[in-house]
Amino acid sequence: MTIRFEDPNRPNSYIGRTVPRPNAGRLVKGRGRYVDDILLPRMVHVAFVRSPYAHARIAAIETSQAKSLSGVLAVFTGRDLAEVCTPWEGRLAHLEGMKTPPQHPLAVERACWVGEPVVAVVGRTRADAEEGAAMVEIEFEALPAVTDIRTALDPETPVIHEAFGDNLCFRKTNEKGEVDRIFAEAHTVVEESFKTARHTGVTLEPRVILADWSEAEGEMTVHVSNQAPHMLQVLLASHLGIPESGVRVICGDVGGSFGVKVHVYPDEVATAAIAKILGRPVKFSSDRLEAFTSDIHARDHEATGRIALDETGRILAFDVDDWTGIGPYSIYPRTSAVEGLQVTNLIGGPYEFDHYRCRTSVVFQNKGICAQYRAVGHPVAVAITEGLVDKAAAQMGLDPVEIRRRNLIRDDAYPRTTAAGLKLEALSHHKSLDALIEAMDYEALRSEQASLREKGVHRGIGIASFIELTNPSPFMYGIGGARISAQDGCTVRMDPDGSVVALTGVTEQGQGTEAITAQIVAEAVGVSPGMVRIVTGDTRVTPFGGGTWASRGAGIGGEAALQAGRAVRGQVLAVAAAMLQANAKDLDIRDGIVVDAGTGAERMPLAEIGRIVYFRGDTLPKGLPRELMQTRHFLTSDYPYAFTNGVQASYVEVDAETGFVKLLKHWCVEDCGRIINPLLVDEQIRGGIVQGLGAALFEEICYDEAGQLLNGTMADYLVPMSGEMPDMIIRHVETPTAESELGAKGAGEAGTAGAPAAVMNAINDAIRPLGGSVTHMPFTPERVLRAIGAIGK
Amino acid sequence: MKASIGGYARARSIEHALSLFAEADGAGRYLAGGQSLVAALNLGASAGDMLVDISGIEALRGVRIEGDRLVIGALTRHSEIERNDLVARHVPLLAKAAPLIAHDAIRNRGTIGGSLSHADPAAEYPACAVALDAIFNLEGPNGRRDVAASEFFKGLFETDRAEDEILTAVSVPVAQAGERHAILELTRRSGDYALAGLAIVVRGDRHRIGAFGLGDRPLLCEGAMAALDRGDVDAAATAIADDVDPMSDIQASADYRRHLAGVVLRRLAAELGVAR
Ligand SMILES: Cc1cc2nc3c(=O)[nH]c(=O)nc-3n(C[C@H](O)[C@H](O)[C@H](O)COP(=O)(O)OP(=O)(O)OC[C@H]3O[C@@H](n4cnc5c(N)ncnc54)[C@H](O)[C@@H]3O)c2cc1C
Repeated sequence: MTIRFEDPNRPNSYIGRTVPRPNAGRLVKGRGRYVDDILLPRMVHVAFVRSPYAHARIAAIETSQAKSLSGVLAVFTGRDLAEVCTPWEGRLAHLEGMKTPPQHPLAVERACWVGEPVVAVVGRTRADAEEGAAMVEIEFEALPAVTDIRTALDPETPVIHEAFGDNLCFRKTNEKGEVDRIFAEAHTVVEESFKTARHTGVTLEPRVILADWSEAEGEMTVHVSNQAPHMLQVLLASHLGIPESGVRVICGDVGGSFGVKVHVYPDEVATAAIAKILGRPVKFSSDRLEAFTSDIHARDHEATGRIALDETGRILAFDVDDWTGIGPYSIYPRTSAVEGLQVTNLIGGPYEFDHYRCRTSVVFQNKGICAQYRAVGHPVAVAITEGLVDKAAAQMGLDPVEIRRRNLIRDDAYPRTTAAGLKLEALSHHKSLDALIEAMDYEALRSEQASLREKGVHRGIGIASFIELTNPSPFMYGIGGARISAQDGCTVRMDPDGSVVALTGVTEQGQGTEAITAQIVAEAVGVSPGMVRIVTGDTRVTPFGGGTWASRGAGIGGEAALQAGRAVRGQVLAVAAAMLQANAKDLDIRDGIVVDAGTGAERMPLAEIGRIVYFRGDTLPKGLPRELMQTRHFLTSDYPYAFTNGVQASYVEVDAETGFVKLLKHWCVEDCGRIINPLLVDEQIRGGIVQGLGAALFEEICYDEAGQLLNGTMADYLVPMSGEMPDMIIRHVETPTAESELGAKGAGEAGTAGAPAAVMNAINDAIRPLGGSVTHMPFTPERVLRAIGAIGK
Repeated sequence: MKASIGGYARARSIEHALSLFAEADGAGRYLAGGQSLVAALNLGASAGDMLVDISGIEALRGVRIEGDRLVIGALTRHSEIERNDLVARHVPLLAKAAPLIAHDAIRNRGTIGGSLSHADPAAEYPACAVALDAIFNLEGPNGRRDVAASEFFKGLFETDRAEDEILTAVSVPVAQAGERHAILELTRRSGDYALAGLAIVVRGDRHRIGAFGLGDRPLLCEGAMAALDRGDVDAAATAIADDVDPMSDIQASADYRRHLAGVVLRRLAAELGVAR
């Protein structure tokens, strides 16, 4: 039996409804249990001495003073930990020519960015450990720092990793058609340069790990604020020389991750290695300054791009040269090349055209490591694409909506493969654009803009169409040899009273995984969501899975949950049929009761089936299968990724005297396939948009030329705050994927992907009559004012 | 990072606070609302301080009229200034300034004495005090003294207050009939320290302007004041570029801040209806 999703009155219709999140009440009551809340007997704390230099040779380390403190238990250097922990290299086999040197939990020989952990000090308390850390003396010999992206490959620039001969980590060109000829012959060619600022995820809960090694049991237990517990399990096992089954990673409540917590961090591995050496629980809790210097950064891109169009405004080609600086090491195990790689895949993504070239150059620098952060590469690619499209529209005298109508891939033109090589199953760009125009009353807004302009009020409307990669298959990491699971699993078990427990490999970071999994399992089995308990984030008990990344929880984990729930339902009905001497296919489960499928007449509560199966199995026919616990795994295979699409619009007002940008309103129409919980999806989109608005207006990690971090506090690194956020109108189009019965694609990153481009286009729409434009994020008031020439360059 | 302090003691009275401070032997530090000091301690900007908590001293509280002046106790919290009737009636500038400071949680703890003693050049109160021609009451081991606001601020986080002196109150002339006060600042986000801000007091036909975020201390903008006295807003907007001396940082360049000073000045002049 398939689920009739189109019928909202079907029995157990929990998929598609806004139901409350089971964990919300607990968290609001302050009963969350984050890693830092966990106290274990004999627990000690580690603090790190971090490099104050962007690049320096470690000549000598003097630890005796620190060791002499009564609160200090041990001090470890890079060489000490290298004895128990092997180094890693963030490389993927399918990214040809990629280079990155071995990275250790603590720097050995050289420190390569400000904030790199060099020495670990273990104390009875964190304060003791810090006091010890302050007494460690490290003799550094400063080396020249590489900080600029565009000159990183110049012959005069020092080479960070000498053995490589240059500072190139990875370079790739994605090319199709006759780009040079098309640009030479095109009616209109428009060029622009773009910058997206380096920023970071700023999770509310910083990174925290508590590792405990039991020598007697040969078991490492790690409580950690992380989004990929199984990945961490296998990697810790491999680098610390423990069988994978001997490593248990537990991720309880996680206070936000956004991609920050899907990587292997030297300080966290060091903590686990130290626990193994000391044979006792060791906690590391990152503070905010450490978060700014050692959490992954992202989006440090500079690009030039051009677009070619014919006389009708039809897009013919894109040609983009993207450069990105990633710090001194490629992140492990995902690599830091993926962001640039995504840019080469995603430029021009929503549009119909045949000629394409995009090159990315991924270079090493002496700054924090850049890696995957919410909507990896998308905000960069969407800004470049949509910036070029809008600039072309302005030059050709076309309305931004009209140029998109002429060029967006038709809704009936799927499946198709784009010029960049992306396989698209089914998207809804035109339907989405229509819904957007209606939601924002585009014409009315345009006339308001025009009449206000006469009064000297400069408002602008910006539109950004986008595609978003979700539900990844092993094509993303698996084929490159990384032990990152694209499949996911779910175990559903019925307890004797008819209530249900579901254990899933996807994780809860606050985004609502537990809520949607409960809804899916409830509908699949035929019970109310309140009867379903969800277990996530414990590698010892949940099926092996990938966790949270690339908007995969609902699409992959959700389908596994659906199938596991359906399997339990099938078993229950088989037992019920035997007990009732009925045919299983004439029965159904509704709200915890076995009923006649046709009439809905109640036949037997699940509790009765539970009682018989678990306590009086002797009364059932011998050999009747009665496993009321079923596991299913799911993996996408028809398409490498399930792309989603959407379109955003931003309405802004620019103060031409100060350069300040006021966000008046924001709209997003998004197509994430089947919607499981409308409120959760809306909130994911809103939260994503807020992070995108931060990118557009506020967030920027600043380093000076010597590689010193200039803004390591929340006072200097500006995150978007509610006071500046506009009202957001969210609408949906639903084009389910046919890869799964559930039909869900991801929704967690779309908001972030499109928002910066929409704001950029809106600002430029507002200031175009004043002359000038902005393309370097964030669009600070000063940058806007300089763009319109109100103050000198 | 864990704050590292040398010790903590709660003072019962001003005398007690002074003696605790003396006992601390050079490491003493007064603690009021903690909204600047505790943040600095948590950043490790200072370690080993012997904190003398003055927040329980009754004599430092309260707002009262003394003759033609309003006397505001140093411990008066930002949120009290926001709501106090006497402040609203007699020194509306402060009532207008308080809501611009940070956010509720900070305004509920931070004190006016703390803000003035801390002397952040981008803070609102110090510039208001300068514009209002306020007098600061200090009490130290050698007794009491009064310092005019214009003499008090010496540089970046530097004041005329000796380490062991307590700022007990700030005394402000009450607004005369027809006196007008206005404050305007530009911040990246609401509650942030200002990129540029001006506080104006119009007393009779005389203008006093205090600038914040536009130098290493709150500045009295005498060139712009003279121009406004003449009713010449254009000249004032030009003059203020010389009155201020902003610094460049990652939020904004000095040039941009200087430009903003002129914009803010024009907007305030328009709000106050100063003739062109
Ligand atoms: C996130 C954040 C944003 C903020 N934004 C702003 C803003 O926009 N504008 C603004 O003006 N402020 C802002 N502040 C600072 C806030 O106003 C503080 O309350 C104020 O600067 C200090 O007052 P306090 O009572 O908290 O003093 P404390 O932090 O306790 O002390 C500050 C300093 O003054 C000394 N001190 C305090 N009281 C006395 C006294 N009576 N006599 C002598 N010395 C004393 C202390 O020894 C210490 O050196 C912000 C603070 C935070 C945390």
